[in-house]
Amino acid sequence: MSSKLMKGNEALAEAAILAGCDAYFGYPITPQSEVLEYLAREMPGRGRLVMQAESEIASINMVYGAAGAGFRAMTSSSSPGISLMQEGISYLAGAELPCLIVNVNRAGPGLGTIQPGQGDYFQSVKGGGHGDYKMIVLAPASVQEMADHVFLGFDLADKYRNPVLLLSDGAIGQMMEKVEFKEYTKPAIDKSDWATTGKPKTRERNYITSLFIQPERMEEHNLKLEAKFQQMREEEVRWEEMNTEDAEYLFVAYGLAARICQKAIELARNKGIRIGLLRPITLYPYPYKILNQLADKLKMVMSVELNSGQMVEDVRLAVNGKIPVEFFGKLGGLMPTPESIVQHLENIIQYRHAN
Amino acid sequence: MQTDHLIPEITTGQYREEEYDLVYKKPSTLVDVAMHYCPGCAHSLVHKLVMEVVEEMGIQEKTIGVAPVGCAVFAYDYMDIDMQEAAHGRACAVATGIKRLMPDKYVFTYQGDGDLAAIGIGETIHAINRGENILIVFVNNAVYGMTSGQMAPTTLPGMWSTTSPAGRDTAFYGEPIKVSELIAQLPGAYYVTRQAVNNANAVRRTKKALQNAFKYQELHKGTCMVEIVGNCPSNWKMTPLECSSFIDDHMEKVFPLGDIKVPK
Repeated sequence: MSSKLMKGNEALAEAAILAGCDAYFGYPITPQSEVLEYLAREMPGRGRLVMQAESEIASINMVYGAAGAGFRAMTSSSSPGISLMQEGISYLAGAELPCLIVNVNRAGPGLGTIQPGQGDYFQSVKGGGHGDYKMIVLAPASVQEMADHVFLGFDLADKYRNPVLLLSDGAIGQMMEKVEFKEYTKPAIDKSDWATTGKPKTRERNYITSLFIQPERMEEHNLKLEAKFQQMREEEVRWEEMNTEDAEYLFVAYGLAARICQKAIELARNKGIRIGLLRPITLYPYPYKILNQLADKLKMVMSVELNSGQMVEDVRLAVNGKIPVEFFGKLGGLMPTPESIVQHLENIIQYRHAN
Repeated sequence: MQTDHLIPEITTGQYREEEYDLVYKKPSTLVDVAMHYCPGCAHSLVHKLVMEVVEEMGIQEKTIGVAPVGCAVFAYDYMDIDMQEAAHGRACAVATGIKRLMPDKYVFTYQGDGDLAAIGIGETIHAINRGENILIVFVNNAVYGMTSGQMAPTTLPGMWSTTSPAGRDTAFYGEPIKVSELIAQLPGAYYVTRQAVNNANAVRRTKKALQNAFKYQELHKGTCMVEIVGNCPSNWKMTPLECSSFIDDHMEKVFPLGDIKVPK
């Protein structure tokens, strides 16, 4: 297996083809237009369908049609476009259709800026669309993971018959790093009991719907979905720990912020501050349990995010009052320097947690 | 109280088949359940016509329908084919996803005027402009039926609705949108026709139009739209017979029946 130097967005696009994605539907938006461009070049020659839709609303509903017919389908966009897709995502979850949705997060709200951000955390993990649903949210922190999470995301989508969101950001999407593509064979999955491929005489008709007009049936469906979400919480929590063995303090950060925290750890440790990092790889389901366990031996935990404080609420839930939870955020599409994070850490230790 | 004697004796099923000619039968492609549609509504008839064509062409195994949001949202309860229920207005995008991956299947959307001409006009126009090889069955009854009678983009000038209680004011809301005439201009539109189902001849013509449209889909030449001027007794506050007259006297003035674009 040879490694290549690729942009995050392009590594993701290549991985989609290698993962056996049958159809991609997308609409241009910075900072992820390379995905559509790459696939428009590469997919037709490799026997796949790629279409530029008239809007993100059309894209997500084309994904719905393709996924409902049993095909491996995906779309990608960035924050404003993902907002437009929320209705469709809710329908996909309600109708139990597997697919991969990629959000290369930019800073907002509104049109915002094209620079990287993590302001879509709440929208991603708490259910951005209407109704009771959840989806697995994967947060790559490298170009390698931009590729790896595509394979994982498609497989998890099929496992749960639920959309999976890959939540990246403008920096991970745009930066170039070394990437290796794994050997992968698309699993053969029997979708004949639900996919709309045309009804033979030998079976009942299949129909895809999220409509359950009788409240008792709706509740039954809700409970069925909730059982899947519970299984996700039990089986799919993924995280990475760095320097936690001897740590007194802990950064919690995902994606780009986690990458910056790696350098901040180095700087802090050079100053004698024993700090580690917990990097959630799945933002839903969230690694509550491990964070709660780590809190037993820590003095303080600090959530580092490219927003005004969103994941920190889950950090508080996880820590559950055991130790103080602090926050460092950088807004506007700007990236914090490792030095600024360490400075904030030192200030907090000095003024609030010194003992 | 004994009431059995009040119920007339039911003799159905006791005839000897060889003594009669079967002149009418519900298509086997229609599920044998009671429909939720109001008495006199056009939807049940249009459902039957679509399913008759599917049965007669022998394409049940190769047909996938897309249901709208609106009164026909439960179409999959009645049509015995594989179906997908789309988000409001997005049927043509959903159908695009299905048809592009299974180009040899017959794919149709079934949409009302709120779904297609208001919230979904963008998806509709772009699907037709791409020449998606799908059939759009567009039932235009000039009113939002499911939500109980609000003004639609196709509501006639001066026509009462719950949200135009003084009648549609065209100075305020514009004229009713004529979707078929609009989309017929697009090169991607292959066959566009407007029909009705308010009398026996109209029903026959609608069925012929649906037959044409399903056959044309085999040619991969573009989108077919069969618009059907329907009625809505409940929300028009008319009897079914009054509805039929209203279609003849008023609806057809704004939405003239006949072929709008036919293949050369």
